Formats: sequence, structure tokens, C-alpha cells
Amino acid sequence: MQTKRRFRWTFERRQKLGGFLFTMPFIVGFVLFFLVPFAQAVIFSFNELKLTSTTYELVPKGVSNYEYALFVHPSFVKQLTELMGDLLVEMPLILAFSFFAATLINQKFAGRGLIRVIFFLPVIYSAGVIQKLEVEDYSAIMFATSRRAASFLSSDSIKALFAAAHLPGALTRYVNAMIDNLPEVIRSSGVQILIFLAGLQSIPPEIYEAADVEGATPWEKFWLITFPMVSPLILTNLVYTIIDSFTDMNNNVLRLIEEVLWRGYGYGASMAMAMLYFGAVSLILIVAFALVSRRVFYRN
Amino acid sequence: MFSLRQVRAGTVFMVLCRTVLLVGISYVILVPVFLRISQSIMPVEDLYDQSVRWIPRSPTLSHFKMAWTHMKYLTALRNSVLLATVVSVVQVISCAMVGYGLARFHFPGNGLVFAMTIFTLVVPPKIIVVPTYLNFRYFNLLGLLKDNPINLIGTYWPFILLALTANGFRCGLYIFVMRQFFRGMPRELEEAAYIDGAGLISTFTRVMLPGAVPGLIVVFLFSFVWQWNDYQYITMLMPGKTFLTYMLDQLLPTMANYMGATDQITVSAGFADNHYLSLVNSAGMLLMIAPLLLLYAFTQRYFVESIERTGLIG
Repeated sequence: MQTKRRFRWTFERRQKLGGFLFTMPFIVGFVLFFLVPFAQAVIFSFNELKLTSTTYELVPKGVSNYEYALFVHPSFVKQLTELMGDLLVEMPLILAFSFFAATLINQKFAGRGLIRVIFFLPVIYSAGVIQKLEVEDYSAIMFATSRRAASFLSSDSIKALFAAAHLPGALTRYVNAMIDNLPEVIRSSGVQILIFLAGLQSIPPEIYEAADVEGATPWEKFWLITFPMVSPLILTNLVYTIIDSFTDMNNNVLRLIEEVLWRGYGYGASMAMAMLYFGAVSLILIVAFALVSRRVFYRN
Repeated sequence: MFSLRQVRAGTVFMVLCRTVLLVGISYVILVPVFLRISQSIMPVEDLYDQSVRWIPRSPTLSHFKMAWTHMKYLTALRNSVLLATVVSVVQVISCAMVGYGLARFHFPGNGLVFAMTIFTLVVPPKIIVVPTYLNFRYFNLLGLLKDNPINLIGTYWPFILLALTANGFRCGLYIFVMRQFFRGMPRELEEAAYIDGAGLISTFTRVMLPGAVPGLIVVFLFSFVWQWNDYQYITMLMPGKTFLTYMLDQLLPTMANYMGATDQITVSAGFADNHYLSLVNSAGMLLMIAPLLLLYAFTQRYFVESIERTGLIG
């Protein structure tokens, strides 16, 4: 009894010591390289930054930077709401598409290896500077449009179909936006597909065997087994997608913030915009998390 | 019940649908890559020739030669390989440590530290660009070296410090992956190690790390790819240094300067020259991405297979 009690005490002490020991590098780095710059960014957003030859000076401006961002700047609010609107269109699409694609390539068929390689290619290809240049390269866009007739995935015919169907305008616009976004959606789903694929692979086959014995249809098996088992990953992917698209340096708001930073109204205003943007992103994350996490099914 | 023939017809139909979908999606993914390849070997005249679609009449390697020279390819390649390797190796170790600490130890503040890792992910790097720059430009360790701050800009140190402390680009994600991975490993492993007298650190390095190799590979590959493609941190912390992403970004201005200096550019031909530059740009993009594609070709099964075993499932 005595020895057991002593063991438990050292166990707890080891738990605390180990936790601090292993996470210490991150905590130190977080304070030094993240919290300090972040706090400075917050302070800067209430000031005007003046660089001198050796150091910099701050001129307090109160909330005027925020007022400028919200009420004076011609396009900040518009860009921000547009970005969120785009996200609302793209988010369900990315989640649905990546889930669908993962179920597709989880099946056994000839050439599966090759298809997986292709599906994951965008993670490597459409990142960072390449994407930045793609956006700026109007010559390539001209090249692509002049050769569009060759492509068999012509989206215009689908749009024409929907326009002819006399559906409510809002719905038609939503469908049009979806069609225009489709290549973008496919190209930004690489990591999400991988995460769903991992989830599908981890479902024990015994559950499906049991369902087969009970005479379940594929439809029932999907909604009663596959979907609930993978649902925690919907949350993971939702969070990943939000973070990925909002921290993507090529999105319009971040471009605007940078523009303001280098040649516009000044650093303080730029930081005020960044803070408002960050607040909006956090809000969306929290709302999305709260909405989805209650519906998620956890195995244990 | 369905007859055998009906079942077979159904299967054939399913396979057909699947094939069409897979080919269609692959097409959308591959088109930009093919477009770049096609452009990179296309002479300017063929760009205006509407009868030329994908395959140029007289393929040329001159765009690659131009991009190669003006990107200082070999130097840039060496620097990028060095930086990406150092950063990803260090990040793998530090993120594995932090992930292990979060996964296996109940200490006061565990939840807070986890929230902090997510927080670092949510803040776009751009927001803290200038403070981070100032932080490294006048590096003084929270005021300890207040009188003579060190200038770390232009050295590898900011990258190494960020990687060592698991605070680099997207490290929060790697910590999350490692945390989930360690949570999926059996506790008995550690208990056996403790009973055999192993300490905290030797348990981690000799028992847990060898078992976590698939997770480490995933983190290494992602971290390598994202560091390779990184542009924001490099332009901020190593301004003007020869790295592939930076050289590629500067390729168009460099080329325009060069052509202006060598009288190859005239005002009236400016528009045509833009198209020529765009072709060279395509070649440059391919040059930048080629090493990654090569790496991917050799390691792609680790990307897919080991992530399946990382226990990312929560």
C-alpha cells in the first residue's frame, strides 16, 4: 500500500514535470516570437508608426485607425464581406467535394495509385508564390481563354441550362458562383481529401460486415455507419478550410491590407484593418465550431 | 431480388460513372500544370497562332535557359534545399516534443497551451510581419540585451529559432498531427519503459519516437513542401537573398530590366514582350516546382499511406 501511494505521487509529479518539459520550447517561442509581435501589432493599430534611421516612434491616434478602416476607406468593408460571402459558397462545396472524392478513391480499382497522386498534386502545386504569380499573369489567362474551346468541361452550357429553367434569381446566382468556383474548389481540397481518406480507412470493416448480415442497403450503410464515423473529421476539415482560406496571402483582404501598409494610409491603419479581419475570422471559426461540434458523433 | 445480369449491369454503370468523374477531376487538376509545360516550350509566334493549341510547332528550350540564368538557379536551388531541410528537420523534432507533451501529460495549463497552438494558426502571418521583422531586426530577448540589440535579419537564425520553438509557419498544424498520433499509441509502452527505469527523455527518444515514424514522415514532408513554397517569411527575414521563391517572384522585373538594358525592348513592342515574359515565367515556375515534384514522385506513398496511420481521427 505504502509503495503504491509513493508511486502515484511520483507519477503525478512526472506528469507535471513532463508536460512542462516537453511543451516548454513552444511556450518560450510563443511568448518571444508570437505574443510579443502580436501585442505590438495591437498597439500599432492604435498609433501611427514613424520610422527613423535607428529606431521607430509611435504617435498615439486612439481609435481613428479603426474609424478609417470601417467608415473612410472605400473598399475595405466591401472586400471583407465579399470574402466571407465567397467562403460561404466555397465552404460547403469543399467539404462535400473532399468527402465525395475521398470515398471515390477509397474504393479499389485499377490505377488507384496514380489517381491518388493526381488528387494530392494541388497541395504541392497551388501554394505560395506560384499562386501569387498565377493571379498576376494575365498573359496566361489570355492563353487559357483562347484555348477554352478545347476543354470539354465547358461551364457555360450548365449555366445556360440553369438560366433557362427560370429558377429564382438568388438560386441561379448561387449555382453560377458554384460552377465558377469548381476548379478552385477541386484545387484547394487536397489536404481535406487526405484527412477524410484517413478517416474512411480507420472504420473497422467488421461494422460493415455486420450491417451486410443484417441486410442493410448501401444507402443505409452510408448514413448510419460511414457518415457518423467520419463526422469528427468534418469538424477538423471545417476548421482547416477556414484557416487555410483566411490566411491565404493571395486573398483580396490580405492584399488590400498589404497595399495600405506599403503605399496607402500607413501602418497603423493597415494594422487596424488586420485586427478587424482577425476578429471576423475568429468569430466565424467560433460560430462554425459551435454549430458543427454539437452534431458530431464521437466513437468513444 | 436482382438477377445476376442486372447486378452486373449495375456494376458496369457504377464503374463507368466513377471513371468519368475521376478523369474529369484529374483533368481540372492537371490542366494548369500542362498549360505551364506547354507555355514553357512555346515560341512567342506560336502563342499568336490560333491553330496551335497545346503542342508548339517548334518547341524551344530558350525560355528555360533564360529562367535558369536569371533565377541564378543553382545558387537558389542550393539555398532553398538547405533552408527547407534544416527548418523541416528541426520542426519535426520540436513539434513532436510539444505534441507528445500535450498528448500524454496532464499538467495545469495543458488546455491553454493547446489553445495557443491553434491561436498561432489562426493569425495570418501577414498581420505580424512588421512586428516580427522589428523583433528580429533589434533582437534583444525581451529587453535582456536592451543596450546592444542584435540584427538577425538576413541570417538563418530567425528560421532556426522559430523552428526550434515550434513557432514556424503552420507549426500549430504539425503539433496537432503529432498530438493526435501520440494519443493513438498504447500507454503500456511508456509504462513498461518507466518500470524498466527509463527517464522522461529517454522514454521519449527511445520508445515513443521510433514508434511515431509515420507521423514524423508526414510532418517532415508537409513542412518541407510548405517551407519550399514559402515566400512571406523569406522576403521578410532574408530580403534580397537568393532563394527560389524570391527569384521566381523577381523574375519578371529582372528580365524586363535585362531586356531594357540590352535594347531588346521597345515601347511599341512592350505588349508583345509581356507575353514573351509570361512564357519565361512559366519555365521559371516549372524550374521552381520541379525538385518538389521529384521529391513527391519518390515519397508520394508516404503522404497517402502514413497519414492513414497517423490517427488523425481524434
